[in-house]
Amino acid sequence: MSQNKSQAGTIQNPRVTWEGCSVLLDINDGDRLVFARLSAAATLKIGNKNFSLQPLIGCPFGSSFQIENGDKGPFLSRFVASMEGNNAQEKEDFESQEISKDNRALVDNNKAQSLTGEDIDAMRRQGATGDEIVDALIANSATFEKKTLFSQEKYRLKKQKKYAPKVLLRRPVARSICEAYFKKYPARIGFLRVDTLSLLLSMANVSANSDVLVVDMVGGLLTGAVAERLGGTGYVCGTYLGVTPYPMDIVRIFNFSDEVCNRIVRSALTELSLTQTVTLEQIHQQENELNMECLSNPQMSSSVSMEEISPSEKEITVPVPENAISLVNKMGKSTKAGNKASQQAIELWKENGFSSLIIAAPELDIWSLLQDILPLLSNSAPFAIYHQYLQKYAKDLISCHGMLHRLPCLTPA
Amino acid sequence: MLPIDPTKKISFSRIVCDGDLVIVYERHDNMKAVKVCQDSVLQNRFGVFKHSDWIGKPFGSKVFSNKGGFIYLLAPTPELWTLVLSHRTQILYIADISFVVMYLEIVPGCLVLESGTGSGSLTTSLARAVAPTGHVYTFDFHEQRAASAREDFEKTEVCNLVTVGVRDIQGEGFPEEFSGLADSVFLDLPQPWLAIPSAAKMLKPDGALCSFSPCIEQVQRTCDTLISKFTDIRTFEVLLRTYEVQEVRMNCSQGDGGNLGSLIRKRRRHSGKGNNVQDNLSSPTVMARPCSEAKGHTGYLTFARLKCLS
Repeated sequence: MSQNKSQAGTIQNPRVTWEGCSVLLDINDGDRLVFARLSAAATLKIGNKNFSLQPLIGCPFGSSFQIENGDKGPFLSRFVASMEGNNAQEKEDFESQEISKDNRALVDNNKAQSLTGEDIDAMRRQGATGDEIVDALIANSATFEKKTLFSQEKYRLKKQKKYAPKVLLRRPVARSICEAYFKKYPARIGFLRVDTLSLLLSMANVSANSDVLVVDMVGGLLTGAVAERLGGTGYVCGTYLGVTPYPMDIVRIFNFSDEVCNRIVRSALTELSLTQTVTLEQIHQQENELNMECLSNPQMSSSVSMEEISPSEKEITVPVPENAISLVNKMGKSTKAGNKASQQAIELWKENGFSSLIIAAPELDIWSLLQDILPLLSNSAPFAIYHQYLQKYAKDLISCHGMLHRLPCLTPA
Repeated sequence: MLPIDPTKKISFSRIVCDGDLVIVYERHDNMKAVKVCQDSVLQNRFGVFKHSDWIGKPFGSKVFSNKGGFIYLLAPTPELWTLVLSHRTQILYIADISFVVMYLEIVPGCLVLESGTGSGSLTTSLARAVAPTGHVYTFDFHEQRAASAREDFEKTEVCNLVTVGVRDIQGEGFPEEFSGLADSVFLDLPQPWLAIPSAAKMLKPDGALCSFSPCIEQVQRTCDTLISKFTDIRTFEVLLRTYEVQEVRMNCSQGDGGNLGSLIRKRRRHSGKGNNVQDNLSSPTVMARPCSEAKGHTGYLTFARLKCLS
């Protein structure tokens, strides 16, 4: 691969949006955070109107948009903030206002503003911009001048948020996704805060070419963050107890390339732990049979009943159809993350061990899990465990204290 | 140290070889980096350890001294390296390092500029984050320390990912050749505001910057300078709190009407055979409390993004 170094960076994490990419929309400086997928048909609701997201396609991440009036009605338009050279002026004003202002003359009777709602609607219909409306509100406020500079600024910002909202286009990466979820739906990510997530990644020495084992019950956030650090090399294998993999929806928000998606795999713990091994010949034979059956049999139901790829004695029904589906997908669609780990990969991990382990599983009994999972790790491999509640975690830590003869234990925050 | 070279990747089959860098683990707060040498010995309070005993053993092994004392041989990682490296300057520790790498959004392939290099603690973790296709260009105005850092990067085998330059970034700014190419910039300088204009030239639009300063006055002045070309300016302080975890048995046998009596603390000894439960004690509860000595303030981390002005 002969890409020069700065180009390699751009391809890994593109800085300009494209049709179909996922974005994080930050409305009014963090007041509202919305994940969206950019397409011609996608819209965003602001106030009581739906705005098309079409203007955002092809713009650099970090651009800001405001509402402008056009022939077909209001639309989102990119604007470039001017460099703040008026900062110095503001400071002078502030310092010269030695006259102390206070609120003795203010009465909260809702009569200070002389513009009515209808007046504002009329202005809008005549094509006034959001900023013009804000200026008009300030001009028509009887009490504005009596307020302190600080209070005036606060008033202006409040009106701007309502009448001249700003939309900031953010790149969905581990940091921004974690922060957004922590703010909006923290329970879905087990209250995993961004600094804790960063510690997990460091403590588990996640880096390119690593084979990281994760138990991710935080919606896929952990898996995605690990995959981001792997950059299309190594593997992140999400393992699970029982037969049903844990949901991994958040991984789809990351805009991962096919290379990175291929590195995100899943495997039941029972599969990883099996002592029996299968020769490579047997594996290839089984895979070939699967290939042929799939191409000739478009019906998914019939493919379930054919030979399993895994040597497991237990019948694991869920992974087999996934494998069949992923083969069909190769004929056109982009790779989906979270495919079943190939038998070759599993054999390799059994031979070498995983480079590290991260567990973020609020509902599991860590002690019993660790007994089964620690043997899968390489010699001297680090592991990190996250738990939201100290008590539960502490109990399990005591239990595994004795197990740590060969593996260094690094306590997360 | 990094698994970029497949032969160096930790695995069940990899063994300690002559010339390897190992981390000798005596206690969780007492470790050192040792280069394995066929004829050398390590002497500590547990006795004398012959390196030749280590060669051929798997990483993570427990090895014994002539007196029967033992240590563990661990494979080096950037975290362990931060704990064992020689301090030529004050360094950054794991809490700050992790947060910086996350918040600067550093992933494989990134180009990162750093000033100053110091003892290379953060630099080693930056190298891990950008591997294998990215690069870290780090600068220090002190020629000797820059040379020591280069030696360390050779030892830890990250030299392909890191270039150390001797340069006064506060006075001269970053080299022009990097203009518009940096994904992230990290500053650990006494007067970072002097380097902000240059950092702004180096960064790609929406690129991330971080400035580490121990004093809030420095932070204030930095933020004032950031405002014209940067947005999303946020300052954090990261504090790591360690807990002491013990199993406590409540003694309920005596006592007048509901008094719990004395708490008997007993460090749980792991035995495969199971607990020795004493008759007059109820089942143990696990208690955790913050350690009485917690690591304190290191510095404030101020982050910002370069405005998209086109």
